[in-house]
Amino acid sequence: MQLNYKILQTSTFRLSALYLLLFAISVAALLGYIYLNTTVLLERQTDDTIRAEVQGLADQYRLRGLAGIIETIQRRSREDTGSIYLLADPNNKAVAGNLDTLPNQATTDSEWIEFALDVKHGGLVEQHEARAFHADLTGNYELVVGRDVEPLRQFAGIIRGTVYWALGIALVLGLGGGLLMSRNFLRRVDAITEASRSIMDGNMAGRMPVSGSGDELDRLALALNAMLEQIERLMAGMKEVSSNVAHDLKTPLTRIKANVESALRSGNDEEYREALEKTVEESDRLLQTFNALLSITRAESGQSRSGLEPLDARAILDDVAELYEPMAEELGGGLVVEADGELPVMADRQLLAQALNNLIDNALKYGAKEGEAPQITVSGRVDGDKVVIAVGDRGDGISEQDREHVVERFVRLDSSRSRPGNGLGLSLVSGVMKLHGGSLQLGDNHPGLLAKLVLPLHRAAS
Amino acid sequence: MQAMAQEETTETKPETTRRSMRILVIEDDREAASWLIRGLAESGHVADHAADGEEGLNLAMEGVHDVLIVDRMLPKLDGLSIVRSLREAGIKTPALILSALGDVDERVKGLRAGGDDYLGKPYAFAELLARVEGLGRRKADQPQETRLRAADLEIDLLTRNVTRLGRPIVLQPREFKLLEYLVRNAGHIVTRTMLLENVWDYHFDPQTNVIDVHISRLRSKIDKGFEEPILQTVRGAGYMIRAT
Repeated sequence: MQLNYKILQTSTFRLSALYLLLFAISVAALLGYIYLNTTVLLERQTDDTIRAEVQGLADQYRLRGLAGIIETIQRRSREDTGSIYLLADPNNKAVAGNLDTLPNQATTDSEWIEFALDVKHGGLVEQHEARAFHADLTGNYELVVGRDVEPLRQFAGIIRGTVYWALGIALVLGLGGGLLMSRNFLRRVDAITEASRSIMDGNMAGRMPVSGSGDELDRLALALNAMLEQIERLMAGMKEVSSNVAHDLKTPLTRIKANVESALRSGNDEEYREALEKTVEESDRLLQTFNALLSITRAESGQSRSGLEPLDARAILDDVAELYEPMAEELGGGLVVEADGELPVMADRQLLAQALNNLIDNALKYGAKEGEAPQITVSGRVDGDKVVIAVGDRGDGISEQDREHVVERFVRLDSSRSRPGNGLGLSLVSGVMKLHGGSLQLGDNHPGLLAKLVLPLHRAAS
Repeated sequence: MQAMAQEETTETKPETTRRSMRILVIEDDREAASWLIRGLAESGHVADHAADGEEGLNLAMEGVHDVLIVDRMLPKLDGLSIVRSLREAGIKTPALILSALGDVDERVKGLRAGGDDYLGKPYAFAELLARVEGLGRRKADQPQETRLRAADLEIDLLTRNVTRLGRPIVLQPREFKLLEYLVRNAGHIVTRTMLLENVWDYHFDPQTNVIDVHISRLRSKIDKGFEEPILQTVRGAGYMIRAT
């Protein structure tokens, strides 16, 4: 009972019921049209013929008298055409024609009558329906001209039957089919509901069932599965991040605690002061890490997409290069800009500058071989429908297998661990690029690292 | 000649030329507020306190304060609404908005609402003080000036000529901008973040001491060959150009 009620509520059933109704109406309309066009038309034609014949016979009677009409009726009666003729005298006695007696219904002049007609068919007598026109002639003679309309009536009956059957079959098939389809649909929806319930209960590895037919439910299930996978990936990422955060924050916190405790034990003002200064330094670094993490989260969640505006990345490139150039020189190296022309992009100036800032900062820190000074090239060019901003250095580069890994949060390569940093720089760059619909690509600068920011070219609407 | 005379009068240690200000702190966190008020008092200012948005707006409406320090999130009435209401009422007291929401979007919202500066939490007190004092000065500034002076240094904003003791100094455009900002705030500490925001218009932390390198370049140009250094480093806070 419960199940039936549920089936009636499904959208599939409602749709098929509606479809069925429309289908039934159109079947009825079509057959009704055929019915009208055949039977009614045929009947009207018959009536016309009969009336013409009555007219003809009446004319005979008038022109040629009783003998003339009798002769014509007898001639026509002999031909087996299904026509019925009767000429009765004033005593209602048949004078001519193939009908034995005047039908009871024939009472008034110029009137259509219908009556049962006995037809001998071999040895059998069949009762047929007949339709005739009854007319009074002068001299109290009466004329009946008609047709055996049994075949016509049978034909109409057949058509009517067809209509009923067609409607009946359509109803049964439609309702049954609708119920079947709904049940099938319901079963699959129930399976999906069941699967989601199990996932909600904590079975994160669970997936929506896919029948393999590639229909819309399959597409829905596949989309949901893709979503679940993305969520699982993100959750795994979150778990990793939180354990990394815990680790990376624990270390400086432990250092602070150790410093403060040892200073407290010493009871020496000078050491107090030193410990407090160190604490400020360490907490500044912690805050920096926090801020960097927040920036990444913000960029990755796409919150700042509204801040994107059309701008020339060339100006950002020049600005950031100008900011860092003195520093490169201070280290005995150099920073060269290789770019010409505009680099039109849709970007958030601050975020793009920060991304470029991080790349140059990395190049300054790690972009030189031991004992050498950093030589950094910052370039910008339009490549097809992309704007490519690249920072190249002459350091040890990043090996191919590390390139994907190094973008993740808190990942620091062994070679850089000894230097200050929080392992978030490239994660932020990657997040910023995602926000801009672009990508961070790490490649080989032969020698060194070539870090490319690839952004979609923004063509001004003209 | 005048510059020479000035140099003779002040040649001792770097001391900012401070004017006592009356500051309204609208902050619901008692501890943070008392820390702020103590710090401001120690720096020679008078601070009033409001613990919620409505009280803060009422006090600020009196229009007697030199600077407002407004927390972004407050009970009863949030910081942006306070500033917006004040501006609508025609009260132009400079406002520094404090917020844990330190990102650029929030900053833009804060400035759009009528705030004059925006500082993300947590912050160093030195940073806050430098900004608050900067806002307090802004009112007194005469922005129409085309020549700026600090001690024996002179900047002509029209010809972009810089001279010290009458000797011309050649600067790159960015160095000029940096010097201009420092001189406009002569006698007051400016933090690295303030420089990054006002000279470069960057509102993020570059993680490296890039600013220091620019300062040392500038210093080599304006202090080299002169007896008395004019560009001073204030430890733990930032930089300052001597006013006299």
